[in-house]
Amino acid sequence: MSAPSPEIAVKTRSLTRILIYAALIVFAVYYLLPLYVMLVNSLKPLDEIRQGDMLSLPQQFTLDPWFSAWSTAQIGVQPTGLKPYFLNSILMVVPAVAASTLLGALNGYVLTKWRFPGDNLVFTLMLLSCFIPFQIVLIPMAKVLGLLNLAGTTWGLALVHAVYGIGFTTLFFRNYYEAFPTELVRAAMIDGASFFQIFRRILLPSSGPIIVVTVIWQFTNIWNDFLFGVSFADVNSLPMTVALNNLVSSSTGVKEYNVHFAGAILAALPTLIVYVVSGRYFVRGLMAGAVKG
Amino acid sequence: MAQAATAPSTRNYLQELLPRLVLAPSFAAVIIFVYGFILFTGYLSFTDSKMLPSFGWVGLENYSKLWALPHWWRALGNLGIFGSLYIVICSVLGLGLAILLDQKIRAEGVLRPIYLYPMALSFIVTGTAWKWFLDPGIGLEHTMHQWGWESFSFTWIKDRNFAIYTVVIAAVWQSSGFVMAMFLAGLRGVDNEIIKAAQMDGASNITIYRRIIIPMMRPVFLSAFVVLAHLAIKAYDLVIALTGGGPGQATELPATFMYSYTFTRNSMGIGAASATIMLIMIASIIVPYLYSELRTGRRS
Amino acid sequence: MPFLEIRNLEKKFGNVDVLKGIDLAIEEGGFLVLVGPSGCGKSTLLNTIAGLETITKGEIHINGRKVNDLHPSERDIAMVFQSYALYPNMTVAQNIAFGMEIKGVPKPERDKAVNDVSETLQIKHLLDRKPSQLSGGQRQRVAMGRALVRRPLVFLFDEPLSNLDAKLRVDMRTEIKRLHQSMKTTIVYVTHDQIEAMTLASRIAVLKDGILQQFGTPAEIYNHPANMFVADFMGSPAMNLIPVSVERSGQSVRLSMPQRSGDPLTLALPDSAGKIAGHAGGNVIFGIRPEALTDPDGADRGSAGVVLSECQIEVVEPAGSDTFAVTHLGGKQVVARLRADARVAAGSRMKLAFNLDKAVFFDPGTQLRIA
Repeated sequence: MSAPSPEIAVKTRSLTRILIYAALIVFAVYYLLPLYVMLVNSLKPLDEIRQGDMLSLPQQFTLDPWFSAWSTAQIGVQPTGLKPYFLNSILMVVPAVAASTLLGALNGYVLTKWRFPGDNLVFTLMLLSCFIPFQIVLIPMAKVLGLLNLAGTTWGLALVHAVYGIGFTTLFFRNYYEAFPTELVRAAMIDGASFFQIFRRILLPSSGPIIVVTVIWQFTNIWNDFLFGVSFADVNSLPMTVALNNLVSSSTGVKEYNVHFAGAILAALPTLIVYVVSGRYFVRGLMAGAVKG
Repeated sequence: MAQAATAPSTRNYLQELLPRLVLAPSFAAVIIFVYGFILFTGYLSFTDSKMLPSFGWVGLENYSKLWALPHWWRALGNLGIFGSLYIVICSVLGLGLAILLDQKIRAEGVLRPIYLYPMALSFIVTGTAWKWFLDPGIGLEHTMHQWGWESFSFTWIKDRNFAIYTVVIAAVWQSSGFVMAMFLAGLRGVDNEIIKAAQMDGASNITIYRRIIIPMMRPVFLSAFVVLAHLAIKAYDLVIALTGGGPGQATELPATFMYSYTFTRNSMGIGAASATIMLIMIASIIVPYLYSELRTGRRS
Repeated sequence: MPFLEIRNLEKKFGNVDVLKGIDLAIEEGGFLVLVGPSGCGKSTLLNTIAGLETITKGEIHINGRKVNDLHPSERDIAMVFQSYALYPNMTVAQNIAFGMEIKGVPKPERDKAVNDVSETLQIKHLLDRKPSQLSGGQRQRVAMGRALVRRPLVFLFDEPLSNLDAKLRVDMRTEIKRLHQSMKTTIVYVTHDQIEAMTLASRIAVLKDGILQQFGTPAEIYNHPANMFVADFMGSPAMNLIPVSVERSGQSVRLSMPQRSGDPLTLALPDSAGKIAGHAGGNVIFGIRPEALTDPDGADRGSAGVVLSECQIEVVEPAGSDTFAVTHLGGKQVVARLRADARVAAGSRMKLAFNLDKAVFFDPGTQLRIA
């Protein structure tokens, strides 16, 4: 009787499954907890946070912290709320994402379909540029932005993000176009299509997925950036992340936790929406960024 | 007749040059803004730059000053603690969750996005959330007291000896789901026939994972290590938002050290030296990895 | 004057010589097949004709015009690719018309041309579909349609049938031959399949390692291979290449080859094989195709060179239309092609008929044919 009877085997199996589900749910709670804490506490008045506990649902439901975070909270010295900075971030993200994606697509096209001696070196240099710690470029970049008269401007920030995004966008498109049949390009050449016609008529129509992946990756990274924003923006061109940090860590006055939480969710909202709408592509971008070659 | 012969070849010449012309601006940007700037910063680390870049050559003075600073040692020590815990916990948690999720879980489609969403957030948002959640005055400790567990105490974020571990907690929360996704992709890539063969050999599920599947995940471990190590060395935003480097210097990392020496303490030379060392640390991880990746990539 | 001429063509990739001094010419309406094992340079040669690869040295002329420096679209050629290379985002009609669209041909003219071609190829009902909705054979037809509509001077085919299953491949082969017969356009066709080469070509060029091994009609290539490589590569099953020693006894010349057991097998050569006499006392490679090595009743009665000799049969492989018998001569496995109903058992000895009129001989050192 050493072998368990089928009945027991089934029971242990269902027991293991219960344990597995329990563990998975516990972790789901762990990952959701901070978001939950931010959300419920952003809907409470400040007193309720101080006196109650962080995990309970709001007793006295209020949207005031959200309005305050958006339009009246003190950021630095100005009681502007996060609204202007949210706009700054959008004005920074859109051109940076568009420029780096377009350049990445063209670079990937050239590096796979119009190969030339030394192209591998060019690609390797671009690839390595993805991984530098940005601390190494802060000092000269500040100087160059000054020389270009872009210091402290949103355009300056957009330029910085576009430049340091090229490595990744090129990597994404190169790997994608590497698998794109070269025979199609050759067929189009015989049909008389030019360099740009081949790109526009043959490659671009098949590039939908990689464009989505690249745009999401770039959008997320640039929106979430803090280091460049804090280094190169002035009071009027701060991006959302820096403004949020100023709001949260300002040492003057009462700490309005509920406003902080509302502001944090506002800062997270664009990327969260992108994630919810197109999570599949988001993950694909993460993987492509992690597994190179 | 001669003209007719040369016209197409001029056109061909332009056609041949066009791709390189298209690539040129990007390449020039990368050469200047990445490699040129690296050289510039490297050069500054040998100069007497203080508040502004200056070009008085001082040799290795900045480096010897840097290595004599307890503050820098503190930052490196913290990076050691933070980096190793971050990498180990993320890998263990990521692999564990991936294996659990790989058991034909019905709700996988719901759970996976929940585990992964923190990766979409800014470290500033993560830092803000955990900063107040771990704050003894209003967060977890306060909540436990409210629930009647008066003796509960969790003051790590305010404690010089433990604050660095709160950075680990928040960073693991943000990244472990991503590592899970990497491992899950790896597990799904394992050839089913190998598993069937092992089952025929009478191996139990645990044995199959321990002896066959996990050893096959070696490349994923390597990728995860490289990605996480690289994130750890660059870590800046999270510390700023969570603890601001404090209490005292308890959570200083090389990235925060570099920033404060360069821009607030007017020691740009030392800041440049610390940035150069950060670059060397990352390069010593990334370059061998990419080298082996590209080499195997070319072979297959 | 030849219609397509290639003179002393060389191509290097870095330091690697891919094509080493190729000379080829084909008359208008000819069907040239480039054949060889993978990596022999045949596809590269085709691509240089198309202008998709630059050449290091030499000249390419089409219809009397030097095209070395011309862009592919200016060479008046059309190409059918191995993967068909249909633009995935365009319909069949758009695929066929794309070249004309780029050239700025007006729409009504384009439509008419597409219509005509699709009628010829019987793909009218497919015109509005995307390539992903087509079967392999249909894609093949569309790819040919895209080439036909250009009315080029030369058609280039790059292994066009290799992605089709065996039966479809035979059908399409016939179809290509029929198209060629009706249109009489010059064709250059790359394949690694020697049967395709034999059935389609008016001229075959056999390549190996970037060197042209032999250039001739299918019959020349098959019956008089220039060297051992061509002999071995063309024909299936391959020609038997048996190391033998040449002996003179009185007036006659004999070939002697050891068997696995017993005395060496000897074959007396008929007078017609006189050229080999000069090699008496030495060794040569004796080449004989399986169909020239049969059961005695299946032997060619019209040939005076048939010699019978008993061999040990080791394996018998009935293949339906024929039966292949494997024996062992001169240290090599030797295949004989018997009639389907020939009575033979593995392990037995039987008389085989060697048709020495069809035999060829090679120098074992240079591997070149000597007789």
